[in-house]
Amino acid sequence: MATPAAVPHTHEAGHSASPSGLWSWLTTVDHKRIGILYGLSALAFFVLGGVEGLIIRSQLSVPNNDLVSAPFYNALFTMHGTTMIFLGVMPLSAAFFNYMIPLQIGARDVVFPRLNAFSYWLFLFGAFVLNVPFLIQPFTAGLDPSSTLAPLIRVIPDGGWFGYATLTGKEFSPYLSIDFWVAGLQILGIASMAAGFNFIVTIFNMRAPGMTMLRMPVFTWMTLVVQFLVVLSFPCITVALILLLMDRLFGTHFYIPSAGGDPLLWQHLFWLFGHPEVYILILPAMGIVSEVLPVFSRKPLFGAPFVIFSGITIGLLGFGVWAHHMFTTGLGAAADAAFSVTTMLIAIPTGVKIFNWIFTLWGGQIRLTTSMLFALGFVGMFTMGGLSGIMHSSPPVDLQQQDSYFVVAHFHYVLFGGAIFGLFSGIYYWFPKMSGRFLDETWGKIIFALVLGGFNLTFFPMHFVGAWGMPRRIYTYDEGMGWDQVNLLETIGAFTLAFGVLLFLISFFRSMRNGAKAGANPWDAATLEWITTSPPAVHNFDKTPMVYSDRPVWEKSHGPGPGYSLPEGEEHIHLPPPSIKPLIGAVGVGMFLTSFVALNLSILALGMTALGLALIFYSFYTWFLEPGH
Amino acid sequence: MGVDNYKLAMWTFLGSECFFFGSLIGTYMSYRGKSLTGPYPLDVFDPAVTSISTFDLLASSLFMVLAVHYAKAGEINKMLGWVAATMVGGLIFLGFQYYEFSHFVHEGLTLKSNLFGATFYVLTGFHGTHVAVGVLLLGSLAWSAKRGHLANIGETTEVIGLYWHFVDVVWIVIFTLVYLLEYT
Amino acid sequence: MKPTRASLLLPLVMVVLAACGGDHPMSTFIAHSDLTREINAIYSRIFWWTALLFLLVQGGLIYVVLRFRAKGTETANPEQVHGNIRLELTWTILPIFILMHIAIPTVSLIFKSQAQTTEENAVLVNALGKQWWFAFEYPELGVTTANEMHVPLGTEIEVRLQSDNVIHSFWVPQLMAKRDMVPGRVNHIKFKAEKLGEFYGQCAEYCGDSHALMKFRVVVDTPEDFAKWIASQKAPAETEAATAQAGFQAFQGAGCVACHAINGTTAAAVIGPDLTHVGSRTMIASGILENNEENLKKWIKDPPGVKPGSKMPNLNLSDEQVASLAAYLQTLK
Ligand code: HEA
Ligand code: HEA
Ligand code: HEC
Ligand code: CUA
Ligand SMILES: [Cu+2]
Repeated sequence: MATPAAVPHTHEAGHSASPSGLWSWLTTVDHKRIGILYGLSALAFFVLGGVEGLIIRSQLSVPNNDLVSAPFYNALFTMHGTTMIFLGVMPLSAAFFNYMIPLQIGARDVVFPRLNAFSYWLFLFGAFVLNVPFLIQPFTAGLDPSSTLAPLIRVIPDGGWFGYATLTGKEFSPYLSIDFWVAGLQILGIASMAAGFNFIVTIFNMRAPGMTMLRMPVFTWMTLVVQFLVVLSFPCITVALILLLMDRLFGTHFYIPSAGGDPLLWQHLFWLFGHPEVYILILPAMGIVSEVLPVFSRKPLFGAPFVIFSGITIGLLGFGVWAHHMFTTGLGAAADAAFSVTTMLIAIPTGVKIFNWIFTLWGGQIRLTTSMLFALGFVGMFTMGGLSGIMHSSPPVDLQQQDSYFVVAHFHYVLFGGAIFGLFSGIYYWFPKMSGRFLDETWGKIIFALVLGGFNLTFFPMHFVGAWGMPRRIYTYDEGMGWDQVNLLETIGAFTLAFGVLLFLISFFRSMRNGAKAGANPWDAATLEWITTSPPAVHNFDKTPMVYSDRPVWEKSHGPGPGYSLPEGEEHIHLPPPSIKPLIGAVGVGMFLTSFVALNLSILALGMTALGLALIFYSFYTWFLEPGH
Repeated sequence: MGVDNYKLAMWTFLGSECFFFGSLIGTYMSYRGKSLTGPYPLDVFDPAVTSISTFDLLASSLFMVLAVHYAKAGEINKMLGWVAATMVGGLIFLGFQYYEFSHFVHEGLTLKSNLFGATFYVLTGFHGTHVAVGVLLLGSLAWSAKRGHLANIGETTEVIGLYWHFVDVVWIVIFTLVYLLEYT
Repeated sequence: MKPTRASLLLPLVMVVLAACGGDHPMSTFIAHSDLTREINAIYSRIFWWTALLFLLVQGGLIYVVLRFRAKGTETANPEQVHGNIRLELTWTILPIFILMHIAIPTVSLIFKSQAQTTEENAVLVNALGKQWWFAFEYPELGVTTANEMHVPLGTEIEVRLQSDNVIHSFWVPQLMAKRDMVPGRVNHIKFKAEKLGEFYGQCAEYCGDSHALMKFRVVVDTPEDFAKWIASQKAPAETEAATAQAGFQAFQGAGCVACHAINGTTAAAVIGPDLTHVGSRTMIASGILENNEENLKKWIKDPPGVKPGSKMPNLNLSDEQVASLAAYLQTLK
């Protein structure tokens, strides 16, 4: 079935030998290894966020349950949302950006490999800052409220994932919980932005000869759009967080009404970031699906330019709709109407994608691999979530749905049914490239069935309880509201889903060791990552290909064009040497930003600030003196 | 292909900075005139002084242009001279800012006193930080250029120049919206 | 375009949903005011469009997969179709019409529902969100109460929503949808109730520890009953002098006066709910406990035990104190 595009590989000594050992991972600047680090971290945090979700669901399975306390429940949903979004979906996408983008554009690495490593370590540091409170709180919860350490009594972030003022202000959250959240997000934001600059330049400047913008794979295109969204939207939340920090630390009144401040300023700044953020979460998945559907129907993507341009349009429109999260806040009729209309407009480019995907399948030879099943699942489930989004986009209707489980249903359909399904499809699709082995297909189908079934059982009924008036973020509810059975059903669904994920993890690690061997191009795919070995050599390609088509590898074996060609003769291969500086720099930046949290406790933390700055200065200065950047 | 890597990285970084300062300026503008207590802008501003520092920063941008020109022409000594002049311009600006801040504090305008204080100090403070970072960048540029560490002085100077001009333009916007608007 | 036609379809949805069981006192599908009825008309219009699109996409997807599944016997690759501009333009343009059909009534209802009140006999209510309860004030009628809001049937009600702490959201699904109570702002929502009875409301914006327990009730009375209610609320509590004496002393002794007001006594603090007529409410502690002696005792004994983080502290009262307080509060009808 598969006809791998045979590429002779003459391994130059010294280039293909990959170093091993812990130190080699700490100092790696290889985009593939960084991709793997991102991927494994993301999976771990996805499970952590999932377990938080499962505790949430267990608490809500019956009315008046007291499995967890109210404050802990509030911390749980805050951390569940924050974890899933910033530590689950975003880094899982980043894993594919890192691993696949250089391969897809025929490059040896990203343009700034050490900046890339820096981004990863900074991300890990941020994730650590967000989660370490779980380990602290058990020891500090019992502190005397009048002691100087009282701010430590509550440290797990508990302001909700969008942390609305004034609840997050000092007056209503006197503990450190919010400070940990602010510090963690600030660090993650810098990590994402650093990666954003890196990938924008990489995609523009590192493409193999002949690969014009319109010959770029759709996944690369969507990555490019995502990186623009990242570098343009994260500054808004950075500012929002800085102002919050100023309020909490230095007594300003940005969000405090008694001194003329406006809590809605937070919402504007947050959602100015927050809405583009949801497209940051979904566009990579859309890119993956745009690769997978054509490959497994043995056809090109239907109307690829349309799909690309609608991706760009979605990104652009994404900046003009933020106030649809604020329909209930009383912005006034004109603003409500305007934001309603811009929000509805997003249905158009998104619909284009949906229909183009369906027509990609039309007339194809569809192979229902697990990857394909998840991609098909994506189209179905995402549509469901998108359509409920359209219901929200009508402000009067949203006045009934906002902050109810109806919204929870909407965003899990787009986030899980969309982003996670897409990423799972990507995992099954690219696992052979990354490991040289297949993920087990029989297990894969069982897992897909469990995940699809469990997912719908969990989240479909949420439309109903939401419409029956169940507000979100409530740790308990009364009998007699008509919500009991449905909630129990959802909990059963969640555990079914978790079982599916558990099987996936087992299958994943089993296949890593003893999956069936895969060749260079096992799916008969079309893009450049498939011409190199599986897994690729450290230097990716022995020779940089010359590209003649948007489906170079497919056309090489099936015609009509030449697809791509390899230049004659030996090529000089230059790879950057490993470096520990990115890790040190990340620790420095992380410490510097986290020290603000500690500043809340005592001025001694200034020492930490200074140490952080010193590390930053040391690592960056020596970084630029190191050879090979 | 096309634009140099570092230059492109700088452009995207500056795009990102636009949103950063855009958010800060937006905050300032949306709170303009909403302070419940004084001091108000007109109680503390001294347009003459700020005009001088604005002029100084503008002039430094001109020096930067010259520095880039000589860097590209390979005349390293001249380039170093203009880089130094740019740095001095930046430092003078920071001196003015220090003077202005301490004067304002003396007049009773602090971060805490009212919304004007908070928005003003945060906005201009972050701008000042950018100028300071610029001075540091120029310093390390000069240092490594002199020691011959830099492979491509022309490009590097140009990239840092982009940053410097950007910071300058942001100041023009701040000067117009924060200061001049008060006198219309 | 008439909402009535669209609402004809609504019962269909409701039947299906009702079949899923039980009583749903907060169901948004049941509309008992002009506002919620009109919202549901738009909702059902969107619902049918999205249902259609949903079926189209899922149906199309399943059909295509079934029809074009590889048999393994193919000898040649399928035709490599790269696109079809006409088709693509079609599905770019068609949705615009659907969206217009949704947007037009949406925009008109936005403006209509947010317009100023024009009716002269409209009843104005100030609703204040607290952590975690609601205070109600009828500024034109001189009444202050908490957690239970009475309104007359068929009259326009304008609720002014405010908060002096964190953001809350005022939600009565069957009467007035929701709007946020944002500190530093005054928001409005107006509606005309169309059915007598008691309706459930709940805070819908996360507002701290006991957000889940921040509920309230809206009682729709006939205009006559409403007038009676107003009159009784305005009057000081009618309690037999003897009980009043002893009870109030306990009230003062336990320190309740620091936070609560009882009209006609010296208690006038506004930190907690106004208790002048607390005995006349059906629920206490913002709609989470039925108003009876048992529950009053439970509440006074240990408020944070009932409502995590409650701003009413546990005053460590003896059982006798609690009992006499509960008995006294019961009499405040
Ligand atoms: C991956 C993430 C993701 C994506 C892609 C989307 C996509 C969309 N979202 Fe969603 N949204 C979230 C994540 C996402 N959302 C999250 C996390 C929240 C909650 C935040 C919080 O409060 O915690 C939220 C909340 C949210 C709200 C606020 C609800 C509230 O709190 O009151 C609104 C309101 O308008 C909204 C609308 C939309 C719309 C219109 C789209 C559109 O992009 C959808 C477009 C897609 C389609 C419409 C389907 C396919 C199209 C067709 C088949 C063509 C034909 C269709 C028509 C003509 C209708 N979303
Ligand atoms: C990508 C994002 C994402 C993902 C994937 C999920 C996944 C899940 N979410 Fe998530 N959710 C959010 C993003 C996401 N959520 C956000 C942003 C919020 C809003 C937060 C806020 O309001 O601030 C939210 C809120 C939210 C709520 C509402 C809470 C409330 O308002 O009170 C609920 C309730 O049911 C819920 C449930 C779940 C469940 C059951 C899953 C499941 O899909 C999880 C599946 C399970 C796993 C992945 C774990 C696998 C486990 C193992 C392998 C170990 C096996 C162990 C055992 C069986 C014990 N979520
Ligand atoms: C420090 C302030 C404070 C003190 C002292 C206090 N209360 Fe309260 N009380 C409150 C607050 C705040 C609430 C609302 C709590 C909630 O519902 O979240 C409340 C609620 C109540 C309610 C329920 C009212 C309703 O409308 O449902 C009753 C009854 C009550 N208090 C009685 C008492 C009695 C009796 C005492 C004295 C023993 C007392 N309170 C002392 C602050 C106080
Ligand atoms: Cu008040 Cu939630
Ligand atoms: Cu949004």
